[in-house]
Amino acid sequence: MIRYAYFPGCASESTALSTTLANNFVFGRIGIDLVEIKDWNCCGATSAHTLSEPLGLALPARSLAWAEKNLPELDVVTGCASCYARLKLTNYRVRQDESARYMVEKIIEAPYEAKREVYNFLDILSPADVRGRIEEQIVRRFKNLKAACYYGCLNIRPAEVTGAKDRENPQAMDELARLTGAEPVDWGFKTECCGAAHQNDAAFETRPLARRILENARACGADVILTACPMCQLNLEMRQAEYARKRKDEKRGKASFPLLDVVLPPPEKETIPVLSITELLALSMGAGSGRLRLDVHHVPVSGVLSKGFRDENESEVMI
Amino acid sequence: MSKIGVFVCHCGTNISSVVDVYKVAEAAAQMPGVSYAAEYKYMCSEPGQQMILDAIKEHGLNRIVIAACSPRMHETTFRKMLKKSKINEYLLEIANIREQDAWVHPPGEEATEKAIDLVRMAVAKVAKNEPLKSSLIPITKKALVVGGGIAGIQAALDIADAGHEVVLLEREPSIGGRMVMLDKTFPTLDCSACISTPKMVDVSAHPNIKLLTYAEVAAVKGYIGNFTVTIRQKAKYVNQDICTGCGICEDKCPKKVTSEFNKGLSDRPAIYKLFPQAVPAKPVIDRETCLMLQNGKCGICAKVCPVEGCIDYEAKDVEYDEDFGAVILATGYKLVDWGGMYDEYGAGRYPDVIDGLTFERLVNASGPTEGHIQRPSDGKEPKTVVIVKCVGSRDPKKGKPYCSRACCMYAAKHAHQILDKIHGARVFIFYIDVRTPGKNYEEFYDQTRKDGAVYVRGRVSRIYSDGEGLVCQGEDTLLNKQVRVKADLVVLETAMEPNEGAGELTGLFGASRDVNGWIQEAHPKLRPVETQVGGVFLAGACQGPKDIPDTVAQASAAAAKVIGLLNQDEMETSPMIAAIDESKCSGCGACEPICPYRAITLETIRSREGRFTNAERVIAKVNAGLCQGCGACTVACRTGAIDLLGFRNAQILTEVDALWQ
Repeated sequence: MIRYAYFPGCASESTALSTTLANNFVFGRIGIDLVEIKDWNCCGATSAHTLSEPLGLALPARSLAWAEKNLPELDVVTGCASCYARLKLTNYRVRQDESARYMVEKIIEAPYEAKREVYNFLDILSPADVRGRIEEQIVRRFKNLKAACYYGCLNIRPAEVTGAKDRENPQAMDELARLTGAEPVDWGFKTECCGAAHQNDAAFETRPLARRILENARACGADVILTACPMCQLNLEMRQAEYARKRKDEKRGKASFPLLDVVLPPPEKETIPVLSITELLALSMGAGSGRLRLDVHHVPVSGVLSKGFRDENESEVMI
Repeated sequence: MSKIGVFVCHCGTNISSVVDVYKVAEAAAQMPGVSYAAEYKYMCSEPGQQMILDAIKEHGLNRIVIAACSPRMHETTFRKMLKKSKINEYLLEIANIREQDAWVHPPGEEATEKAIDLVRMAVAKVAKNEPLKSSLIPITKKALVVGGGIAGIQAALDIADAGHEVVLLEREPSIGGRMVMLDKTFPTLDCSACISTPKMVDVSAHPNIKLLTYAEVAAVKGYIGNFTVTIRQKAKYVNQDICTGCGICEDKCPKKVTSEFNKGLSDRPAIYKLFPQAVPAKPVIDRETCLMLQNGKCGICAKVCPVEGCIDYEAKDVEYDEDFGAVILATGYKLVDWGGMYDEYGAGRYPDVIDGLTFERLVNASGPTEGHIQRPSDGKEPKTVVIVKCVGSRDPKKGKPYCSRACCMYAAKHAHQILDKIHGARVFIFYIDVRTPGKNYEEFYDQTRKDGAVYVRGRVSRIYSDGEGLVCQGEDTLLNKQVRVKADLVVLETAMEPNEGAGELTGLFGASRDVNGWIQEAHPKLRPVETQVGGVFLAGACQGPKDIPDTVAQASAAAAKVIGLLNQDEMETSPMIAAIDESKCSGCGACEPICPYRAITLETIRSREGRFTNAERVIAKVNAGLCQGCGACTVACRTGAIDLLGFRNAQILTEVDALWQ
């Protein structure tokens, strides 16, 4: 049994409900035990560090310090890229800078030495032995499902902090998706920012960010976008109706976003389903869509399910 | 008894506006051993020097201290001056009261005090100085030029025209380098091949030039005027003396490999000339890919060759030594492997994202498409082309920190060529800055913009496929907006970096390289074509990114230096080199690896040791030709057996003592 100290993050029990159900299903099947950090608090993502650096470091440090004291032999994992970025950065800063550590310890009134690592789900699902366990649990493989793996910016960047090697064209999620029979497409926006953090305060700048991701995935032939972050997930799903409206406007000559004279063609269908990588794995491991509460998605995922699964003989040949 | 003369220079007002030079001269006159002290407005000027020479005669001076600018500036001037007097030119000390005092301190008492201290130190040292004599070494009147690009070609021709023998060594099967790969040259748009191939032919026909292609430097021994270079001639498997260059073997060779010269846009046979106008115009067999040499099956070229015994599969690499008096390194550059640095540009996954040199082959009349611009993926003529500058250059995080200098201009040239050749084409050039410092460069850039090239100020952040074609996304920093351009072809103007193997070669000659791997010049401004190693010069892009005019100018400059050296029969060496006191040397060898010029070797000598009249022991020896007088060995020597003449340990300590008097 592999064990990790688990930092769920605020989205886990609200907007990322279906993803959390899938996480529980997948980790249960492959024997990874997530021990929830007791009394964990908001990681401060998106706003705390922009207002006050000490606050931005102290919020994650409080939860990390609890894990360090009470689960000293466990590394920390979180399923949200925003949480990951904050936790990882706090770890990094405390290790690098003695004065930052002193400051943080004073604020949280507890010792914190950043002894253990912080990981995201892609990190812990990627090692060869874990992949082997996943493969053992997979009972059905998707047929003709083209997937655009979207890593999001914060799972990768900044590379000095995350230590990510493939920063522009990462492969970890593509390889996991392949296990389910999905075919990852080669596309351009794997690590581009979706603008989730600033959709409310800087809409004019951030709306196009998510839109270009969705449209490129579609243009490159994807049937589904896979995510590794509930923030990306929410953002990519919630904006789709608005973009569809906007595209209609643009067709009538009201274009405002594209500059120079280059216009991307409107996609054939108006929406594209977005699933988290663990949801895809769970489906492939046999979980039903009802059990995973896939009905809570803003964009219907029926497109994915209707693709169907390979028959056994074929899957043996294909994989 | 030393009779020291101290001469304090005003340097116009450079020194005198900060330091009270009169006071310095007064104080100097009181120092021990000083018989005369004076000041003057410009000591280095003709009247200034005459004043010193007069004082020497009048006061019978035998040692001189000059308080003026840095010794790097005028020490040689004053040494030359002393040759006119009876004083040995090494009984001279310079007190640097300009760079180390007047230029770095505010005017006042303290600056003057510091000047007096500096003079006191120089006076103390000069009293301990000893006369030194330079020695003469003979010079081998032959030059080696390593690298047969335009720099090496130009340098070889200039030296040969001056009447000296030259060996031009090139590791490829033909000379020509990067320049023959290019289509047209900015800013005049004359055809690159038309101006470089005649020079290549001149090289092969010149009676003073021996051309060695497919050859490498294996080892180097010796020093300025007397290098012995081991040359490795790679086996060509084609007898160059009897081959007629008919080309039948190339046509019939069944093995096809990717052509390096055409940047992968076409294939070449295993027996090949680099390009049709190659010099020498005779093929070689690439042993890595030849079927006969790899697995002994084929032999077609030998069968079809009309000259009997021309093709020899048994040929071997040959190594031999040759002596040279001077060497020019002209190893050139290559373009960076951008794929490894820029995943966001597709890292080579998109065939229609190419580098500038590939574009040159694409647009070249003798290239694989005969000059028709056709994109690699489907051979279609591109209508919209994006040119991205500074890919790998000016990017300390991912690429190189420096500017590659030529790209701004050839980007403009590429834009011009596209607009010229493709009717209705559109060209977008993403740039950080446009740098056009060269004769007629700005005018060329201006014309390109008038031709219709659209310059977008900003970097491309991502090149991706939208399912139909390529899209370049970047920021237009003048509009302060993100822009996207749908492109049929993207040309990345990538950074230059030192050529493959240039580092090892530089090491063989003992020359050093800068942080980016370029060969280090002896002085960035005043000795730009020399390396720190005497007799080893450099030309062209091996020193740093350069365009063709600069490369040719530098090559001629290096050639002039070589000609100057080879015109002498013997040369004077600096006597300020390391000297070993054999009686103190224990032969520990600590100095040997420290010497950056490999001037120190360990030798066994026989000498009288107490009652043994013929005892053997090991001592260190300094090669006077190689030693550059850096002094690193004197610090390493445990027994204090090594002294740098002119900077003996005792002399330096006297100087330090003087500071506290």
